[in-house]
Amino acid sequence: MNSRKLEETLFKIFMMASLFLVFLALAGIVLVVAMKGLSALNLSMIMETPKGGYYLGKEGGIANAIIGSLYLMTGATLLSLMISLPVALALQKEYPGKRFCDLTRLVLDILWGTPSIVYGAFGFVMMVYLGLRASLLGGIMVLTLLMIPIMSRAMDEAVRMVPFELKEMSYALGATRFETTIAVVLRQALPGICTGVILAIGRGIGDAASILFTAGYTDDIPTSLLDPVASLPLAVFFQAGTPVPEVQARAFASALILLLIVLVINIIARLLGWRFSKNIVR
Amino acid sequence: MSRIKINKLSVSYGSHEILKNIILDIPDRRIIAIIGPSGCGKTTLLKSLNRLLDLNEDVRVTGDILVDGADIYSADTDVTVLRKKVGFLPQRPYPLPMSIFDNVAFGPRIHGLDVSCALSGIAGTTDEKTIRKSGKAGMNLLVEHYLRLAGLWDEVKDRLHAPAAKLSIGQQQRLALARVLSIEPEVILADEPTSALDPISAKLAETQFKILKENYTIIIVTHILRQAKRLGDYIVFLYMGVLVEHGPAAQFFSAPQDAKTKAYISGEIS
Repeated sequence: MNSRKLEETLFKIFMMASLFLVFLALAGIVLVVAMKGLSALNLSMIMETPKGGYYLGKEGGIANAIIGSLYLMTGATLLSLMISLPVALALQKEYPGKRFCDLTRLVLDILWGTPSIVYGAFGFVMMVYLGLRASLLGGIMVLTLLMIPIMSRAMDEAVRMVPFELKEMSYALGATRFETTIAVVLRQALPGICTGVILAIGRGIGDAASILFTAGYTDDIPTSLLDPVASLPLAVFFQAGTPVPEVQARAFASALILLLIVLVINIIARLLGWRFSKNIVR
Repeated sequence: MSRIKINKLSVSYGSHEILKNIILDIPDRRIIAIIGPSGCGKTTLLKSLNRLLDLNEDVRVTGDILVDGADIYSADTDVTVLRKKVGFLPQRPYPLPMSIFDNVAFGPRIHGLDVSCALSGIAGTTDEKTIRKSGKAGMNLLVEHYLRLAGLWDEVKDRLHAPAAKLSIGQQQRLALARVLSIEPEVILADEPTSALDPISAKLAETQFKILKENYTIIIVTHILRQAKRLGDYIVFLYMGVLVEHGPAAQFFSAPQDAKTKAYISGEIS
């Protein structure tokens, strides 16, 4: 075998091995979580809130955390979508000019890379300053801050992929920037925009550190934005930290529920993206 | 009918001068072919006529272009109005990311075109009932009219709401033509409109241009000399950003004045 062919083969093996590792990681996580958690998973776990002595292995469930996470996620997703979409659209070079765009992207990238515990600490300081206690509102606000950089950068990339000729076509017909952005850019970038939302939800729903101080934890389901709220990542965290084996199994069951929610969101988003992509120009 | 006068037009990208001191009166209701080798500034000249050049960064335009006596580079020009009057057909016919129907309806919608008024302006539509149709039914008629005018109607009439991206490239080019016609321009700028097409679609497009020149001024950029001969009534020859020669096609091809034109026509330079 000559050296070029060998090179080709070695590289192929290397790539296949890397791919295999990715699948192995997902399979491993699902398998371990399922094996350790399935025994604890039952209907009351999903339907009930913790009863007295739940954390010592007695009755109850984590409905408080499931519903809490859904509340947090819905609020934070809507808020960050409202902010991120205009940011991504404004980063087209027709609007602020290239320099300002580059600077904004740098800022967003730094925010993206900031550890979530820092967001949590920042949020906590702000809440103390404003006189707010740990609450659904606080959690939503901090998660929104955490999700904005991811969502807007991912959407920005999708918007940047829109061919210039396509926009030129719209301008050539006498469309304004606004009409071009809404009728052409937004439609063409829609599948990528969906992906951006998913990426941000993925990070937001699984994050424990940012909401530890800001959303708090409670055994009840919140009835107002100012009530503290439980969440799945913190449910996993608290239950895994107990010495009681039954409760540790429940931690894995909670993780399994979290995984399933992420999976369902991903599937829905893929279906939406696929539906939206029928008109896009390749 | 619009008259275009170009006076001492120079265009540069950064420090690179693309067009140098172009002076030209463009005759109306004909096909004007801009010819010349690649990179001589044909497309730049074309895009300067409806200010599509504005979309590029670092572009500098001096001199002036008068359309119907008004300087289109003056500060109070509304480019959306200008681009409605001077339509543009691109080299690669990008369909907009929407259905075939919406592609054609896009222009009339953004310009708030009065459908019944547009219908009454269409030759052959004298039927009062037809003209009075407005709203959805009117838009349907309008879209049909422009698709027919572009020679695409028969191929797409059963799938108007299918994505335009699914059309063949030849069909996409005729859709682009229908789209530009739908904004009721007076001038159509066409940037090598057949270069992405197969020979049959290209011939179809050329036939369409010959029909359309009765009612529109068509300015077409081409680097195919034979196409310029087939289509052009008036020829403009650019070389390295300089306007070398221009004149009626018969005279231009049979008795070229400039040595460069002679060399280009005979194929010595390309």
